Amino acid sequence: MHFSWISSAEAGKFAEVATEVIENIKKIGPIKKLVKERAEVA
Amino acid sequence: MIKYSETIRKIAKKILEEKSVDLVIGFKKGTLPLMTEPILINDAEKTDQLYWDSFCSMNLANYLPKKTEKIGIIAKGCDSRNIAVHIVENQIKREQLYIIGVPCKGMVDRRKIISFLNGKEIHEIIESDADITIKGEGFEHTLKKDDYLQDNCKTCMHRNPVIYDAIVGDLVEERKDPDPYDEVKEIEGMESEERWGFFSNIIKDCIRCYACRNACPLCYCPTCFVDESDPQWVGKSIDPTDTMTFHILRAYHCAGRCTDCGACQQACPMDINVRYFTRKLNKDVLDLYNSEAGLSIEKRPPLDTYRPDDYDKFIE
Repeated sequence: MHFSWISSAEAGKFAEVATEVIENIKKIGPIKKLVKERAEVA
Repeated sequence: MIKYSETIRKIAKKILEEKSVDLVIGFKKGTLPLMTEPILINDAEKTDQLYWDSFCSMNLANYLPKKTEKIGIIAKGCDSRNIAVHIVENQIKREQLYIIGVPCKGMVDRRKIISFLNGKEIHEIIESDADITIKGEGFEHTLKKDDYLQDNCKTCMHRNPVIYDAIVGDLVEERKDPDPYDEVKEIEGMESEERWGFFSNIIKDCIRCYACRNACPLCYCPTCFVDESDPQWVGKSIDPTDTMTFHILRAYHCAGRCTDCGACQQACPMDINVRYFTRKLNKDVLDLYNSEAGLSIEKRPPLDTYRPDDYDKFIE
């Protein structure tokens, strides 16, 4: 989970943080825990 | 401890006769050995049903939220802390209560005794200060109570009631040595996958009966999130994902409020130690906010107060 404090005047910081968050999440990959598969029906 | 019964009866009789309370919440002897039942008494003549031994592990504070009567209630150290939590959370007023405090040397875990006996039937139990003698067909064992305590009682640091109006015996010495979070630290040291496996394994037998929630004095929401259908926060199956969601959320709802009274673990019919979840949060609240639940009725709980020096290292 990511928490950050960004002022509405800090567009640059917002972009930076958003990029960093996305990069970190991509590194972890898709969620595998707490995922419930729907039952397959014919 | 057993000698407390007489004192409890006397105090209960007196406060009912004086009409300083409308009812007394206490324990009566159960119909099976190693069991006690909660009892609500509103007649001074019936106070001789009250009873105390080392199996009064249920947390009677569970009966207090939103009560309007004046109530006398029996409270061990942990129960008194839950009463304090209720007062702080506006579930009951201090003036409504007459707290009969019980200094506690720990409750004996009936499951540990049952597993020691390996299926043999108990006919009689005799309790002394430090020992418990169990008699049955062709056997008699005297066991040290300290060896058969509930897990949470073994590391309890608040054995005396924190608030009370009457006390049934001399205060007991508080423990100084145990680290109640030994096991939590071990789990914290695990790698993420291993930890996930550890917790999944703990709850694998969960049948989602919600006994842990029902036994817990903290769980007094008019509609629990697990019973809500619109939106449905968590599926009602025993799919491992649903079960894990329930346990994680239940624990988080207790963060900063749990006194580790052990009622959840004792209530579990599948012998799951759900305290593994709550204890981690208790440790976090102690580490991050230097706070333990229910030690005072003056102090607001850590999670509903803001201090400029609150932990904020998670904000980047």
